[in-house]
Amino acid sequence: MSAPVDIRLTVNGQPREGRCEPRKLLVDFIREDLGLTGTHAGCEHGVCGACTIFYNGEAARSCIMFAVQADGAELLTVEGLAESDGKLHPMQQAFHEHHALQCGFCTPGMLIAALDYLKINPTPTEDEIREAISAVLCRCTGYINIIKAVKAGAEVMRAAKS
Amino acid sequence: MSETGGLVGRSLLRREDRRLLTGAGQFIADLELPRMLHVAFVRSQLAHARIRSVDLSRAAAAPGVALALSGADLLRLLPPVPDTQLSLPSKWRSFVQHEFRNPQQPLLAHDKVRHVGEAVAVIVAEDRYRAEDGAALATVELETLPAVVDAEAALAANASIIHDELETNLLGAFSVAKGNAGFALEQAPHRLQRRFYHHRYAAMPIECRGVAALYDPRTDSVTIWSATQVVHWVRREAAAILGLPEARVRCLALDVGGGFGVKGHVYPEDLLIPFLARRLGRPVRWLEDRHEHLLCSAHSRDQLHEVEIGFDNDGRILALKDEYIVDCGAWNPIGAGVPYNTAAHLCGPYKIDHLTASCRTAATNKVPNSAYRGAGRPEAVFAMERIIDLVAAKLGLEPAEVRLRNMIRADEMPYRAGIPYRDGEPIVYDSGDYPGALQQALQAIGGVDAFRRRQGEARQRGRYLGLGIGFYVEGTGVGPFEGATVRIDPSGKVYIATGACPQGQGMETIFAQIVADAWKVSPDDVVVSLADTAAIPMGFGTVASRSTVTASAAIHRASERVREKAFTIAANVLECAPADLELRDGGVGVVGVPGAAVSLARLAQHARPGWDHARPSGVNAGLEETHYWEPPTVTWSYAAHAVIVDVDVETGHVAIDKYVIAHDCGVVVNPLLVEGQIAGGTAQGIGGILLEEIAYDADGQLLTGSLADYLVPTADDIPEMRMLHQHSPSPLNPLGVKGVGEGGAVAPPAAIANAICDALSPFGVEFNTTPITPERIRQAVRLNQPH
Amino acid sequence: MKPAKFDYHCPATVDEAIAALGRYQGEARVLAGGQSLVPMMNFRLATPAAIIDLNRIPGLDKIELTDGTLRIGAMARQRRLEFAPAVAEKLPLLGEALGWVGHLPTRTRGTIGGSIAHADPAAEIPMVLQALSGEVVVRGTQGERRIAAPDLFVAPLTTALEPDEILTEVRFPVIPPGAGYAIEEFARRKGDFAIAAIAVMLVREGERCATAHLATAGIGPVSVRLSEAENILKQRGLGEDAVAAAAQRAAELVEPMADHNASADFRRHLTGVLTRRAVLKARDRQNVRTG
Repeated sequence: MSAPVDIRLTVNGQPREGRCEPRKLLVDFIREDLGLTGTHAGCEHGVCGACTIFYNGEAARSCIMFAVQADGAELLTVEGLAESDGKLHPMQQAFHEHHALQCGFCTPGMLIAALDYLKINPTPTEDEIREAISAVLCRCTGYINIIKAVKAGAEVMRAAKS
Repeated sequence: MSETGGLVGRSLLRREDRRLLTGAGQFIADLELPRMLHVAFVRSQLAHARIRSVDLSRAAAAPGVALALSGADLLRLLPPVPDTQLSLPSKWRSFVQHEFRNPQQPLLAHDKVRHVGEAVAVIVAEDRYRAEDGAALATVELETLPAVVDAEAALAANASIIHDELETNLLGAFSVAKGNAGFALEQAPHRLQRRFYHHRYAAMPIECRGVAALYDPRTDSVTIWSATQVVHWVRREAAAILGLPEARVRCLALDVGGGFGVKGHVYPEDLLIPFLARRLGRPVRWLEDRHEHLLCSAHSRDQLHEVEIGFDNDGRILALKDEYIVDCGAWNPIGAGVPYNTAAHLCGPYKIDHLTASCRTAATNKVPNSAYRGAGRPEAVFAMERIIDLVAAKLGLEPAEVRLRNMIRADEMPYRAGIPYRDGEPIVYDSGDYPGALQQALQAIGGVDAFRRRQGEARQRGRYLGLGIGFYVEGTGVGPFEGATVRIDPSGKVYIATGACPQGQGMETIFAQIVADAWKVSPDDVVVSLADTAAIPMGFGTVASRSTVTASAAIHRASERVREKAFTIAANVLECAPADLELRDGGVGVVGVPGAAVSLARLAQHARPGWDHARPSGVNAGLEETHYWEPPTVTWSYAAHAVIVDVDVETGHVAIDKYVIAHDCGVVVNPLLVEGQIAGGTAQGIGGILLEEIAYDADGQLLTGSLADYLVPTADDIPEMRMLHQHSPSPLNPLGVKGVGEGGAVAPPAAIANAICDALSPFGVEFNTTPITPERIRQAVRLNQPH
Repeated sequence: MKPAKFDYHCPATVDEAIAALGRYQGEARVLAGGQSLVPMMNFRLATPAAIIDLNRIPGLDKIELTDGTLRIGAMARQRRLEFAPAVAEKLPLLGEALGWVGHLPTRTRGTIGGSIAHADPAAEIPMVLQALSGEVVVRGTQGERRIAAPDLFVAPLTTALEPDEILTEVRFPVIPPGAGYAIEEFARRKGDFAIAAIAVMLVREGERCATAHLATAGIGPVSVRLSEAENILKQRGLGEDAVAAAAQRAAELVEPMADHNASADFRRHLTGVLTRRAVLKARDRQNVRTG
C-alpha cells in the first residue's frame, strides 16, 4: 500500500503522468517527475508560500500536499503563465517593470498568490493587496514594489478584459 | 575613462528578471546531474555531549543508501580542515590589542557535539526521502554535558568548557581606543551607564543552502556548485581538503535565492559534498531544508553591551566606553570580522574624542554567529542611538537636537575618526552631509514640532505615538580586493568576469550598465560572468556591501588597459595617433571624422596572434586584461531613518505609522535597484526589532525551529517607506560609488526602539534589549503608570 | 524534511474509510485538507502507518439549511465557506472567523471538519463552534453519534472522537437575524494562530442583552465559553460598566497557557482587553444593523 501509484493530471494545459510513492510531496513531483523547476520549496511546512501553484484553479501550497492528491487535477504553475510565444503575462510584466523581484526564489509563489486573489477581487486596494500577498514570504524586496506591481498588473488585466 | 553619463544613473530594468519570472531560473535545487545521489545528515539532539558511539549499520543497509559515514570515519579519510578563516591584515593586528583562538570545525563531529543540530554522520542515498529514512536508523550514543547558553555564563569561572583543548570559552578579545576615555568620563559633568542587549536573529533567505559536486576521473578534477556568496573561498578550501591544485577545482554559484551574509563563508558541507562525490564516483547533492537551516547554518547579532557615556550640559558627548560580549556560538567561522565591525561603527556620525571599545567573544552551545546584513553594525548603532536618546532625555532636549550638536559636519569632511577599520587603515569618513540627511528625514516625516503637537493631542485621547531616529554610517567596499577580467569578444561584445557572487542584487544589470557606459556599447552587448572560479582565477566574493564598489573599480581599471591597447591597434589600422581616437557606437573612431572607425569585433580580430594581424610591433596579442582592485580603504555610506509608531498600550502591538529614509550611497548606478536594496534591508531591520527571534532554552534546545516560530515579516508587517537621496560621491574609486547592500538593516532596530520609548515616555519606560515584543511593552506599561 | 513511508488508502465512502481506520488500530490518520497534518509529517513529528484520504469521498461537503441549523459537510473547504451566501447570511460569525484562518491559499485546501478534528487550541473555527453552541456528527464502527461543542474539545489537539470515528458533519444553529457578532484576535502576524481571541454573538432587546455568547481561542488548552461573563451582560446590559465587568470576569475565568509565544499573565490580560473590544464591536454592529 506504500507501493508507487500512477498519477495522471493536466499541467499548464498539457496532459502529464507520473509514478511515485504516495508520500512524495506534490512540490517534488512537479519539480522532479514533471521537470518543472519553477515552483520552489522554501520551507516544506506550508509557511513560506514559495511552492504555491494553482490546483483546480485555486492557489494551494504544494509542499503540504501529496502528489497522489493531484491525480485527475488541473495544475497551473509559473511556467504556464506566459503565452506560448514567450510574451509575458501582464502580472509578470508588471513585476519586471516595478522591480518586484530580486533573487526570484519566492517570485513564482508570489505571482500565483497574487493572481489567485485577483480572481476573487479584480479591483483591490493597496491594503487588500498587502493582505493578499502576506500569504508569501519575501526576504529581498520588503514587499513595497510587489504591491505596486500587483496594482499595476491588475489594472492591465482589467483593461484587457474590457 | 569616460565620466559617468549615459546608463549609469538610470533605472534600467533587470536582465535577470525574465528567467526568474518564467520559472526558468536555475537554483541549486534545480540542477540535474546524471546518477546524482542525495544527502541527509544525522544530527545531534543534544547541545553539548561527548560522542560515545555512532552505529550506522542499519542506516547503511537501508534501501537506496549508498554510503553512511560518521565523524570518526571521516577522521581516517580526510586531512584536518585548513585554517583559512578570514584573517585580519597585519596592519590591523599591529594597531589593535587582540587575542584569538580559532578551533576548526571538523566536517562531521567526532569527539563532541557542541550545538543541537550539529552533524555527526552523513547518509548518501538515491533520493532525499530514502536518505532521511536511513538517517532515522542511525543510533548515536551521547553522554550529556552541561550546556552553556549564555555568553556571560560561558566566561564565568566554573563554566562548562566547549573546546576542551582551549581550556576557556573565550575565543577572542580585542580592545581599541582613542584619547583617554577613563579620564574623560571622570571629568565629564554628566555620565550615563546602560546595558544594551541586541538579540540573536538571522538572515533567513527563502532559499536555504545547497551544495552539489561532480568528480571527473579523466582530469582528476572536481566541480562544485554551491549556493554561496564566496566561490573562490570555497574553491580554495576544497582544493586543500581534496589535495588537488586549485586549477583542478572549480566552484560556481547558480541563481542564489538570497544570502544576506549567511551564505558568506565556507561551511563543512561545502567541503564534505565534493569529498563524497569523488569517493563515490557519482555526483552528490545536499539541499538544506528549513529546519536544518535554523538548526545549523549561522545566526547573527547576539551582543551584550555595557556602555558608559560622558557628556556636558549641552549634550556634547565627551567620552564613550563600551565593553561588549559577542555570543559566538560553538564555532567561529568569521573570526573578529563582525565583532570588530561593531567597534569600528560605534561612534557613527558623531565627534567623540575619547573612546574605548573592548570586546570578548564567547563560545556557547549554539549555532555559530556569523555575518548577517549589517554584520556588527546594527548592534553598535543600537547602543549608540539608544544612549544618545537617553542623553537627550536626561537633559530635556530633543533627540534630534543632541544628534545635530554632535554630528560631524559636511565641511569637516574628510574626517579622521581616530581608530582603524578592520582593514587596518585609519577610519576616514570620506564625504557626506550627516546633519543634512537627518534634517531631510525629519522634514519629510512632517517635522519634529508638528509631531510633538500631534503626539500631545493623541495622548489626550489615550493614544501613544512616538518618533524615533536611527542614524548610521557604514564602511563599504572593503578590501582586500576584487578582480575583473575585461575582454573584447570576437563578436564585438564586451565580456567581463568578476568574482562577485550575486544573490538577487541585480549585478548582471548593474555591471552591464557600467561596462556599456565605459565602452559606448548597448548593455545588450555586454556579457557578464559572475560567481565562477573558472572565469577568473582570484576573487573575494559578495559580502560587506562591496561588490558594486570593488568590482566596478576593477572593471574600470581593466577596461582602461584594454582600451589603451585597442586604441594602439586602431591607430595602427586607421593610420592616426591614439590621442585622435574615441570610443563610439561599439567601436573606435577618429574624433570628428564619422567614417573613420573600426568596430570592436574587427579590433578583436586584428589583435589575434599569428599571420596577418594588425598589431604594431611590441604589442602582444589579445584584447583582454585582468585587474585586481585593492581598495585603499572603505568608503562611507550613511542614512537617517526616522519612524513614527503607534503603540497600543493595552495589547502592546506596535503599528508603524510613517517610515522615512534619507540615504546616501554616493554615485548611484541604478536608482531602482538601490531603492530595492534599501527597502529589503529596512524590512529585515523591522523584522529584527519586532518579530524575529532565535530562542534557545536552558538546555540549548532550539525553540524556534520552523518558520511558524521564527517570524519573518509579511507584507502586512512592513509599512510604506519614503526614500530621499543624497549623493556624495566617493573619492576612493573611479566611479564614485559607495556600497548599499546592508545599510537598510542597520538602523531600524534603533529607530523603532527609540520611537517606542518616545511613545511611552509618559510611562518612563526604557527598552534597551531586543526584540521589543507586545508582551514586553505591556509589562513595562503595567509596571509604570503614566506621570 | 520528507515524510516517512505510509500505506495510502483512498476510500470511496465513509464506511470504507472507517473500516480502513479500524484495520490500523489507531496507527492511521485521516487526511482532510492536510494543512496541519502534512507539515507535521514532513517534520516526522507524525509518522502514521497509514493515511486514509477523505478527499475523494463524494457528498461530504454539502451546505444545507434544515430547521434553523446550518449543516456543513466536514470536507467543505474553508475557502468555499468564506464566500458561501448561506454562511454570509446565516453564520456571519463563521465568515468573519475564516478571514483570520491562515491565508487564502491554505483555505483553498483546509476543511471545516479538519480544523475542528485537529482541535488546535489556537484555531478560530473551534472557537466559533463553541460560540454558537454547535455540534458535530461523527461516525465509527459503533455507528453515528452527535457531540456538542463543550464535550468535543478535551485537551490540546485532542477531541472526544474515538480512534475509529470520522467527523462527517458540522452543525451550527443559525445566528438570529439582526444579532451582533465580532471577533477580536491577537496574533504576532495576521494569519498566525491566535495568542488570544474572543468570539462574540449577542442579541439585544432594547436596553437588555437577551443573548450573549462569548468563546475563546488561543488562551487555554481548549476553546471555552465564558458563561459567567455572558451572565453579567445578560443581567446588566451592554453599557460601558457592564462590559468592563464582563471583560474582567472573563479574564478571571480563563486558565491561560504559557508558552514561547506568551506568558499566562499576558494571555489573561489579553482576554480582558479582547473581550471588552469584541463585545463593544458586536454591540455596535447590532446597532448598525437594527438601527
